[in-house]
Amino acid sequence: MSSIGTGYDLSASQFSPDGRVFQVEYAMKAVENSGTVIGLKGTDGVVLAAEKLVMSKLHEPGTNRRIFNIDTHIGMCFSGLIADARQLVDIARKEASNYRSQYGVSIPLKYLNDRVSMYMHAYTLYSAVRPYGCSVILASYEDDQPLMYLIDPSGVNYGFNGCATGKAKQSAKTEIEKLKLGELSCKELVREAAKIIYLVHDELKDKNFELELSWVGKDSNGRHERIPEHILADAEKAAKQAMEADSDSDTDDL
Amino acid sequence: MFQEAPPLWKNGPAPGSFYNFPNTTFSLLQNSSSDAFKHSQSPVTTATSIIALVYDKGVIIGGDLLGSYGSLARYRNCPRVLKVNENIILGAGGDYGDFQYVKALIDQKIIDEECLDDGVKLKPKSLHCWLTRIMYNRRSKFDPFWNNFVVGGLQDGAPFLGTVDKLGTAYEDKIICTGYGAHIVTPMIRGVLDKNPNIKRAEARALVIKAMEILFYRDARSFPKFQIATLDEDGVQVEGPIDVSQNWQMATLIR
Amino acid sequence: MFRNQYDSDVTVWSPQGRLHQVEYAMEAVNQGSATVGLKSKSHAVLIALKRASSELSAYQKKVINIDDHVGITISGLTADARILSRYMRTECLNYKYSHDTYLPLNRLISQLGNKMQVCTQRYDRRPYGVGLLVAGYDDLGAHIFQTCPSANYYDCKAMSIGARSQSARTYLEKHIDEFPSAPLEELIKHGLRALRDTLPPENDLNNKNVSIGYVGKGQPFKILNENEISSFLTLISGEERRGGGAAGPDQAPSAAREDPAGDEGPRDPVPAVAMDTE
Repeated sequence: MSSIGTGYDLSASQFSPDGRVFQVEYAMKAVENSGTVIGLKGTDGVVLAAEKLVMSKLHEPGTNRRIFNIDTHIGMCFSGLIADARQLVDIARKEASNYRSQYGVSIPLKYLNDRVSMYMHAYTLYSAVRPYGCSVILASYEDDQPLMYLIDPSGVNYGFNGCATGKAKQSAKTEIEKLKLGELSCKELVREAAKIIYLVHDELKDKNFELELSWVGKDSNGRHERIPEHILADAEKAAKQAMEADSDSDTDDL
Repeated sequence: MFQEAPPLWKNGPAPGSFYNFPNTTFSLLQNSSSDAFKHSQSPVTTATSIIALVYDKGVIIGGDLLGSYGSLARYRNCPRVLKVNENIILGAGGDYGDFQYVKALIDQKIIDEECLDDGVKLKPKSLHCWLTRIMYNRRSKFDPFWNNFVVGGLQDGAPFLGTVDKLGTAYEDKIICTGYGAHIVTPMIRGVLDKNPNIKRAEARALVIKAMEILFYRDARSFPKFQIATLDEDGVQVEGPIDVSQNWQMATLIR
Repeated sequence: MFRNQYDSDVTVWSPQGRLHQVEYAMEAVNQGSATVGLKSKSHAVLIALKRASSELSAYQKKVINIDDHVGITISGLTADARILSRYMRTECLNYKYSHDTYLPLNRLISQLGNKMQVCTQRYDRRPYGVGLLVAGYDDLGAHIFQTCPSANYYDCKAMSIGARSQSARTYLEKHIDEFPSAPLEELIKHGLRALRDTLPPENDLNNKNVSIGYVGKGQPFKILNENEISSFLTLISGEERRGGGAAGPDQAPSAAREDPAGDEGPRDPVPAVAMDTE
């Protein structure tokens, strides 16, 4: 980024001479400083997983959750600034509520994705505001069809079968690509998701983390919910075992 | 005097006069000369009585399924007793459209709360209070929701029963009947509960069924199909449609 | 004098993805005097160190009542805290009016968080330069929440913010397991000890510079008067002091030095300050 510091990177309403909006790119940097989140789409639903870094021993477990319910059938998780994300959660919920009051049915994710993206994009257009410092993943299960979108601070969004954002998105993506996403069910993906989060967690830089898992699909009757305690415990146990097996084989190699 | 010709169609151009295109700033200014409007002052499609009472460990609410259009028995499947959440049930009488609107508000309120996923659940007293604020607010604008609401539930384990009407008048009681039922069956239910204040669920259910039967014979806006919602430590149950057992043998005696 | 060219507005991201204006606002919290919050299963306690701007002035109020079930202590810009406390009071009152019950703590805090976030994203605003410790009791039990100028908030077992608060946090972390089952009196004693650890050795707590508030099961939020505070202070008066730079090999002194805003306790009056921090 050769144009950094040349004065063209101080406002979201300004292009650099080579046609870039640096403020948006910097906002994406904020996303990359935050814990990893991933979304996996299976045959019968979507699984969301988040690595929530624990900042202090004095905090209660479960504070600052990174996966939210938007509507009964829609979940959202984010990486980036939590305060910014909560604002987006708020507007997404309002959009969902508004749609229901107008049309009497819950909002299709396609539309919600559109509205949230446009909202985020609006914050990349003016010097009076800054772009949102977070990427969000939206997931739903409607008409027996799992759906997932990822929206960047720029307001750009894509549909995904598997996606990752945050600190370790590259290595998480590599792991996700190894999965046969079109064939796996939610129950299997829960374990995979837990494994990936444990795998990409950087023990040296970040000490503690909590694993957050949620799903929306057949297993949850089409509702977006936290994964039941015992399934979470199972997945976490399996992930830890996989990590140990991994490090054992590493030492064998040596 | 010169008289202007009427417009060619409603709000359309009139021969011999300037035409202002609609939805321009100028035309809107001209048309806003009168802000007067009239509120609805009577209900349209109505539902009749709600019967509700507290039994030893819970609450029960019953209401029939008829939507009347004036005196015409127009709609025969208008459910109006329902579960709000795990510890609230609701019954409603009066204008069915207003009820559906308020129900949409309550449903969204519950969804909002489920989304928060914070372990806090709406309690019956809170919903009763909230409904009271809404009803009183609307009546203060001379545009009331034309309803009677009956909120039943478990408030921290204890049965709760409260009601609010279209004027925002609200109270709690062990027995609440609205509409025609307030006059016809309240005394009968009071009679039973005065003798035994802690009746069991089955007795309460029988009492409501009896009340629906009495009302069917006497209330010209009633209907022989009804629903019953109960809420106690076993959770919420909404039953129905239940049929009123009818006996018209005595009709032959009337000449 | 700017530290860099990206720190002039809250609307500017730095190339590293940081918001310097928000980070500076976070520093305002460290300028205020220390305050401690901790909770047991049945009670939440707030304890704060008050400053007086001069020998002649009264001590600045640090503990603020919000509703029967909520109270806060503040560290940072007092004026900003008053805006936030007025907002919280209004929200609690409105909820009570419409729902005939207390506003659950986590909902109050999340609404507050969303209000505060707006000020971190707009050119015509600045972040609130104040951190809060919120103590409350609701259907879910006792709570201590911490809020920041960045609009982040945390559900805490115990927490301390303000000048030299690292020493207090060190104390709290060390004793964290004792709190859940501690009776109210023990909880207050723990809080006082934690707060005392933030003081330099030449200063001590007294009934003028300490403020105590608590709330709990069947106990509306209560701010203690001077006599009541004295009785609690005598309970810990004989104990050996740790921290504050005096007490030998303990960890606390070094922790205190790490504190970027290192404070000198009650200060002399400083004229011509744009906004006082308490």
